[in-house]
Amino acid sequence: MPSITKPLIPLAPLPKNDLGLTIRDYEGAMSTLCAGCGHDSITAAIVHAFWELSTPPHTIAKLSGIGCSSKTPTYFVRGAHGFNSAHGRMAAIATGAYAANRELTYIGISGDGDSLSIGIGHLAHAIRRNVKMVYVIENNGVYGLTKGQLSASADIGSRPKKGDANVIAPIDPILLGLAMGATFLARSFSGDKEQLIPILKAAVAHNGLALIDVISPCVTFNDHEGSTKSYRFMREHEVKEVVTDFVPLRREIQATIPTDGTRVVPMHDGSIVRFRSVPTDYDPRNRESVESYIRDHQSRGEIVTGLLYVDESSQTLHEMGHTPLEGLNRIPVSELCPGAAALDALQEDFR
Amino acid sequence: MSLDTATAIRVNDFSVKLANVNGTGSASANSLLMQAIFRMGIPVSGKNLFPSNIQGLPTWYEIRVNKTGYTARALDYDLMVAMNAQTYADDIRDVNSGGYVLYDSSWPLDEELLRDDVTFLGVPLATMCIENFVAPRERILMKNIAYAGAIVALLGIDEDIVATLLSETFARNERLRESNQKALRLGLDYAHENFTCPLPFHVEPMTATSDSILIDGNTAAALGCLYAGATVAGWYPITPATAVMDNFTKLCATYRRETIPGDSPDDPPTVRNNYLIVQAEDEIAAIGIVLGASWSGARSFTSTSGPGISLMNELLGLAYYTEIPAVVIDVQRTGPSTGMPTRTQQADILLCAYASHGDTKHILLFPKDPAESFEFAVASFDLAEHFQTPVFMLMDLDIGMNDWVVPKLTWDEGYVADRGRVLHDEDLAGMREFFRYANADADHVTARTLPGSDETGAYFIRGSGHDQYGRYTEDADAYQEVVDRLKKKHASAAAYVPAPIVERRDGATIGVITLGGCDLAVREAIDLLAQQGVVADFMRVRGFPFAPAVRAFVEQHSRTFVVEQNRDGQLRSLISIETEVPIESMTSVLAYGGFPLSAHQVVDSIITKLGK
Repeated sequence: MPSITKPLIPLAPLPKNDLGLTIRDYEGAMSTLCAGCGHDSITAAIVHAFWELSTPPHTIAKLSGIGCSSKTPTYFVRGAHGFNSAHGRMAAIATGAYAANRELTYIGISGDGDSLSIGIGHLAHAIRRNVKMVYVIENNGVYGLTKGQLSASADIGSRPKKGDANVIAPIDPILLGLAMGATFLARSFSGDKEQLIPILKAAVAHNGLALIDVISPCVTFNDHEGSTKSYRFMREHEVKEVVTDFVPLRREIQATIPTDGTRVVPMHDGSIVRFRSVPTDYDPRNRESVESYIRDHQSRGEIVTGLLYVDESSQTLHEMGHTPLEGLNRIPVSELCPGAAALDALQEDFR
Repeated sequence: MSLDTATAIRVNDFSVKLANVNGTGSASANSLLMQAIFRMGIPVSGKNLFPSNIQGLPTWYEIRVNKTGYTARALDYDLMVAMNAQTYADDIRDVNSGGYVLYDSSWPLDEELLRDDVTFLGVPLATMCIENFVAPRERILMKNIAYAGAIVALLGIDEDIVATLLSETFARNERLRESNQKALRLGLDYAHENFTCPLPFHVEPMTATSDSILIDGNTAAALGCLYAGATVAGWYPITPATAVMDNFTKLCATYRRETIPGDSPDDPPTVRNNYLIVQAEDEIAAIGIVLGASWSGARSFTSTSGPGISLMNELLGLAYYTEIPAVVIDVQRTGPSTGMPTRTQQADILLCAYASHGDTKHILLFPKDPAESFEFAVASFDLAEHFQTPVFMLMDLDIGMNDWVVPKLTWDEGYVADRGRVLHDEDLAGMREFFRYANADADHVTARTLPGSDETGAYFIRGSGHDQYGRYTEDADAYQEVVDRLKKKHASAAAYVPAPIVERRDGATIGVITLGGCDLAVREAIDLLAQQGVVADFMRVRGFPFAPAVRAFVEQHSRTFVVEQNRDGQLRSLISIETEVPIESMTSVLAYGGFPLSAHQVVDSIITKLGK
């Protein structure tokens, strides 16, 4: 996966965020994905989200596995450290990185092959451990880099470019997440930056693993008639009843709880997520209600998008492990080593 | 052995084999005996030969007492404690001529099993325990302590030491302590009343172990990880390595946990753990966790066995190529496949040396016993961080799970961890640009940065082809430049891994090479060979890549034997591949049935191969 450095051409003064950085400071190398790839829109949304949040670039760690989606961390936040790992293993490596240093903002980019086939075990267990990270699945229903095989997220009846329609049940990462005890679940569409940016910002604020399934059409291998992950299919079948705003901690919050069915969820860091136009029978904090809502729409061939489920009350891996607030990687070995006297003393047990 | 020599007095030089049924509580009685002999100051070993099963299958325990310290597996037994009717025939056949068999005489022994060159010592253990204990489980458990009592009398083991050990074990359970003392006394008294105690072979106090400890390798390795400052561990349960992490967890709870009192009396105290141990979903995740943590600058490790290494192969290659430190403790068991999980072997040497696809080479350490497992565990972290690469410490089941008498562990307060070449913000401040794989030092190591460091140091680590600047490449020269440096980097580690131990004898005609837990058996074999007129030099390899002394040793001898515990002569192959000495110049001496090595196996094989 070649990376082409993006020329940093000074343009007309761009707006600056709280750190005095412009949007260009959150970009990365030039994308080498196909023109029109949904993944590039997601990259753009990530760039915007971090810029708007004023996250210092070097405090971000971006990880990925292998696949088209996993190439994208080079395309955003060049000042962040990145780890393009092995196919399906990103969640495990992110777990270790977070275990060693809880002070960074982790974002993992994965695809449906990476996360729902070869790496599904690692994803499931990262969810269970509530590793504090943003976990984006750029979901296009196909293996792009190996030229168009169906993935585990392909719907029954979805037709690949070549060969027969899919007959095997798909894996829905949101329903998987609900079953695994996920604490933040959202679905979006790469073509909808307006929806995706606030979801990404809320995901960064979330105290735990924030799973975002982003339907991201593959223009080369899965954007044809008969595909259920095409731009056209999404535009025709997306149901955006759950609309969310993210209000960061720093902004003055005029949090009057509305009476029109809107719900407000305070995040761990003090920021809030406001749900607008939520159906009256929908509670984004109730696992069962969310599941039946999604399934109900699925049975009608509709894809529900939005921030679908939030639980800010669960503990992260570090909270469960009672570790210090600073990263374990900061503690010098000299402080961790019990020393000669302790070794002498403990060997009394080995006499 | 003739009857005459068997009846001659032999002090602190004999072996006992105990045949039991697993899951019946015999293990604690057997280790009680071994520990008591250790406390009497006598070199001793205890080898647990157990099945991959929880309850009901045959299991053996071997105690070898040897005043000169040769405590490798004996293979000839002076006393057989036959407590398992299923294996009577084999067990009775195994005892030396002139030896003794202790059995439960509550039931008569089948006449066919009797041997007239062996003395049978019947102790009515079941009857005694039924008469003296009420609870069914206790009647079974106390039989073990009762036979231990009889052995204490027969071998002349210090009764006070045994009583003290029981008190220590049951310090918090007075009732159990009393039951155990009572059962011990039953066996002791019966032996004293019915047999001539002690037997011609027995123990007498020495001072050979006063500066020693009794420890298993898994505990020692865990201690090494604690002392090296490991904070993150990822692991998946597997025999025989599980106890490494069990012990690390226990040690961390003692030495790495701070209890912070609450602000007020009503406020409960909180704990602060300076460690995080993740029981992973599989070994792939376990090594993934290690890579993530090591990338982030924490000292991190995993412990596993052969099947786990097989699963970790892909990510080990990623670590090698992206130059991330990783410490892997492999407690080897018998392969291939599931193999024999509770049997020992040294058959992961080549697997670990070249783990993963593509051209890879790793650093290996071969401890001989728990003491070196402690020492080498610490060294593993220094090597992994210095060379930014995976390091394997290859233990085996015998080292890991058996208790060994080893010199007391020491810690140098002057120890300074080698964290390798890491650029922090203050180093990056003066730099215009940072390139991950450029500007190698004399060891061919390049500087790394840690996530979270200044933007100047940010880079994108990738397992795909990269040039010295860390950029993606498909260019032949740029790719080769990096992998050629990795080869040189690996070679540099030869000067850093523990040097081989070489011991020369005047008039030596052959050289004997070995590694790891074979050490004691091979040293004993060299003594025994000398008695037969075959004088041999000795070399124990302790690390890979090999120091020049390894090649020199092979070249200095017209004939060398490589003693190891695998079928294919993996160490021999590795030496030949890596030093280019012709493989024919080395002859394999192999024992790979899954049990700890005995000197007799080595002697017999070398004598046969020499055509003597």
